[in-house]
Amino acid sequence: MGIKFSLLTVVALVLAVFLGVKAAGLQYFFGVIFPYAAIFIFLVGFIYRILKWARSPVPFRIPTTAGQQKSLPWIKQNKIDNPSTTAGVVARMALEVLLFRSLFRNTKVELREGPKIAYQWEKWLWLAGLAFHWSFFIILVRHLRFFTEPVPFFVHMTDRLDGFLQVGLPGIYITDLLFLAAVTYLFIRRVVIPQVRYISLPADYFPLFLLMALGLTGVLMRYFTKVDVVKVKELALGLVTFQPKVPEGIGVLFYIHFFLICTLFAYFPFSKLMHLGGVFLSPTRNLPNDSRMKRHINPWNYPVKVHTYAEYEDHFRDKMIEAGLPVEKE
Amino acid sequence: MANVPKPNELVIDHRPPATGWMDTPVEFRPGTWCYAAKPKNLEAVGLPNPREWSPIDDDWKLPDNWKQIVLEGLRERLEKYRSLRIFMDICVRCGACSDKCHFFIGSGDPKNMPVLRAELLRSVYRRNFTTAGKILGKIAGGRELTMSVFKEWFYYFFQCTECRRCSLFCPYGIDTAEITIIGRELLNLLGCNIDWIAGPVANCYHNGNHLGIQPHAFKDMIEFFVDEIEAVTGVRVEPTFNRKGAEILFITPSGDVFADPGTYTLMGYLMLFHEIGLDYTWSTYASEGGNFGLFTSHEMMKRLNAKMYAEARRLGVKWILGGECGHMWRVINQYMDTMNGPADFLEVPKSPITGTVFDNAKSTKMTHIVEFTADLIKHGKLKLDPSRNDNHVVTYHDSCNPARGMGFFEEPRYVLKNVCNHFYEMPPNTIREQTFCCGSGSGLNTDEFMEMRMRGGLPRANAVRHVHEQHGVNMLSCICAIDRAVLTASMNYWVPGVEVSGVHELVGNALVMEGEMERTTDLRGEPLPGMEDSDDEDL
Amino acid sequence: MKIYNAKPILIGLAIFIGLATFPLWFNMGKAAPPPDPKLDTPVIQRMAVKQCIMPKDQMRTEHMQLLNDWRTEVVRNNNRIYTASDGKQYNMSLQNECMNCHSNKSQFCDQCHIYAGLQADATPYCWTCHIAPKENK
Repeated sequence: MGIKFSLLTVVALVLAVFLGVKAAGLQYFFGVIFPYAAIFIFLVGFIYRILKWARSPVPFRIPTTAGQQKSLPWIKQNKIDNPSTTAGVVARMALEVLLFRSLFRNTKVELREGPKIAYQWEKWLWLAGLAFHWSFFIILVRHLRFFTEPVPFFVHMTDRLDGFLQVGLPGIYITDLLFLAAVTYLFIRRVVIPQVRYISLPADYFPLFLLMALGLTGVLMRYFTKVDVVKVKELALGLVTFQPKVPEGIGVLFYIHFFLICTLFAYFPFSKLMHLGGVFLSPTRNLPNDSRMKRHINPWNYPVKVHTYAEYEDHFRDKMIEAGLPVEKE
Repeated sequence: MANVPKPNELVIDHRPPATGWMDTPVEFRPGTWCYAAKPKNLEAVGLPNPREWSPIDDDWKLPDNWKQIVLEGLRERLEKYRSLRIFMDICVRCGACSDKCHFFIGSGDPKNMPVLRAELLRSVYRRNFTTAGKILGKIAGGRELTMSVFKEWFYYFFQCTECRRCSLFCPYGIDTAEITIIGRELLNLLGCNIDWIAGPVANCYHNGNHLGIQPHAFKDMIEFFVDEIEAVTGVRVEPTFNRKGAEILFITPSGDVFADPGTYTLMGYLMLFHEIGLDYTWSTYASEGGNFGLFTSHEMMKRLNAKMYAEARRLGVKWILGGECGHMWRVINQYMDTMNGPADFLEVPKSPITGTVFDNAKSTKMTHIVEFTADLIKHGKLKLDPSRNDNHVVTYHDSCNPARGMGFFEEPRYVLKNVCNHFYEMPPNTIREQTFCCGSGSGLNTDEFMEMRMRGGLPRANAVRHVHEQHGVNMLSCICAIDRAVLTASMNYWVPGVEVSGVHELVGNALVMEGEMERTTDLRGEPLPGMEDSDDEDL
Repeated sequence: MKIYNAKPILIGLAIFIGLATFPLWFNMGKAAPPPDPKLDTPVIQRMAVKQCIMPKDQMRTEHMQLLNDWRTEVVRNNNRIYTASDGKQYNMSLQNECMNCHSNKSQFCDQCHIYAGLQADATPYCWTCHIAPKENK
């Protein structure tokens, strides 16, 4: 159900632009109004979600310790997987965010007769995840050439590195291939692995289809049916300088591509894609394991009813005296 | 006790059912759920809705506004715990956690995949607390809170041992333990606890320990082991109780006072303390290291834990030494100081024997006995004869809480390697931070849950079987009282021929005490290597 | 409503918003007129019918492909003659044919290339082999 629903939604989105541009001439809507709305929703929604998280405190230090604690001086601490300092936490978070360290630990369980259990090497999810996220990021950076004038040096640099194979014309970007391959893999594993298929919701398929369509339209435009990039940049620059205009004669493929990315941005704050912000706030990763060294304050700590020693002794005094246990009140 | 199929008859099928998880209602099969909390145990600590009921009843006797109570409780916790809010929002269902849970590996029930366990709560969260879920309902992964969903919560939140193994593999660190803890809090709002947790909580609250041992009996029991030690070593140790002015307060889980093989570990402590002449005292009021409050609610955890500092203050000790226990140390490391501190009336722990200052505990003022012993050994303060453990080929089970809630890996290994000659590690996927739960943690170590316990114990047992076959390992050591109790059952079921011990039992065996007679048996009364024939002399 | 751990969260959020809105503030106050490729070279001015080998719109989007095809034809197939859709024949040569009319590389090629984010001396890599025509400035 989830797959069909999500696929149909993406197809409907594509059709909507196609008809909107081709039949109804809604270039201004798809080229200016919706993009502005999308980026507005993205920014406000993103800030709202982060602040909503920030409004809940972190009452306890609950890092998942993945290495040796700071202990006796002659025992070597694992300063990254079980950090006790801010520097360690920064290193741990950097590895987590940039290299998906936790996912790198992944293994696959195999159940054999007996029953016996074996653990298989399984880094494909990590690899595809890394390939997807980094490709997407580099592709976004590359796209800055449409949104900046003059084009800053780092965009050129990224572009040159990404296209260094110099195969074909226009030259192939490595990230284009990686992006499509990774998204396809992530989709296939979601469908093929029974457990993953079982847990998948429409909200898992939808972004995948959206990204696939986004990648495909992008690749089509660059390598196959061309659009006039100079006009595209005119439109893009018009948007970012708040002097929006829609140049004549940009192919409908561009509008589809542009609409899909805007949809992704607008959808972002309402979806699981917020893991982009959430990963930084995860209390099992972003706290040092120092709660025996430093007292951490729980802002809503409140007094609770306890059974005091006095009550205890009142209850057991005779038995305690008889057993020769010291008591406060004879 | 429910009938447990034999190991080779246990059906494990990892294929998910044909019906979607939202449309597959929970089935309470014998051996896979725990008995309901008895009303007297809830009343004893003032928990709501005490009544006679059973999970297999149709009517759980909840108040009419139960739904409102749960949703209100969830809202309150979303505002109190960022962890919960984040974990509800950012899961991408990548499935990395799916086969990391011992209960999933051993049962194949898809709702034992950490991701689905969390989705049970998440679906209700989406339906009631997110815009998309309110409007789109099922399409957005939302689900109405119904009695059937609530029963599912009970079943699966008491099929999670809060071991945090999934959280290690999650790219966002989503911790199912956190979700289970809060899920259980919500269940407890309506009096839906299990009795194996509610009973110990009530006992601990009033009597000082989970087993409900009263002060005089507690003293008697320890003194029984004093006699036992004398029988084995000829040395009479002299523990004190509730003694004001002692330097150190020692607190360990009461399971070690009560049940084999934990009792041998307790003997190890007593011998060690005597040998180094430690100025310490036991407390009958704070006679429990463990904390089944953790398995009930944050508040209950705090209520039970409060006794440690209160007693330390009353007795005027300088610092606290804690015994070998799993979840006790998660509470001490991650919650105690925040909940019941500051412990400004105590001093930074300092070993009176070696002078080592335990800076890593400078705020909680509580040190783990294995840290303490490792330091003694490092400084050469103990005379050890590891050959007395030569009958044991030892491996070490990292208990989940000290492993993933503390990072306690090297200390016990250092001690073990100094007190026994034959030590082998289990495969790397199953130890240290990747360690597997015993299968019965977080208050699920009850007999009626036996089938599920054996299923959950499979991954650990599987690794033990590996070293048992490869290296002849016959002793599984650990630093957790629940482990000692339940791994014994799990080993009998999966890997007969492997016994379970605490680290300090092996320390006790190896410890050469001043004035001791020639030892012929170990602490269990079994002949020492080379002493097999001398049995008769005692008789 | 109170925000917990406000400092790191707000700093992080500000950095993110800063990066996400990079194009907005980067272009602020900069005039970025669209490129205006010049066709006023002496050769073009002398032409009776000012027409390239393909229609203008097609040239705008397809010229790179055409040049690539030309190169293949010349280098691999030893074919130097290109027949346009109107039957007219051209010599397949960037330097001798294209640049004969468009002798103003900086006013013609570079205008759009730089605007579109290509690097003047690196991409397109025509000029790593070919010699750019000398322009009278």
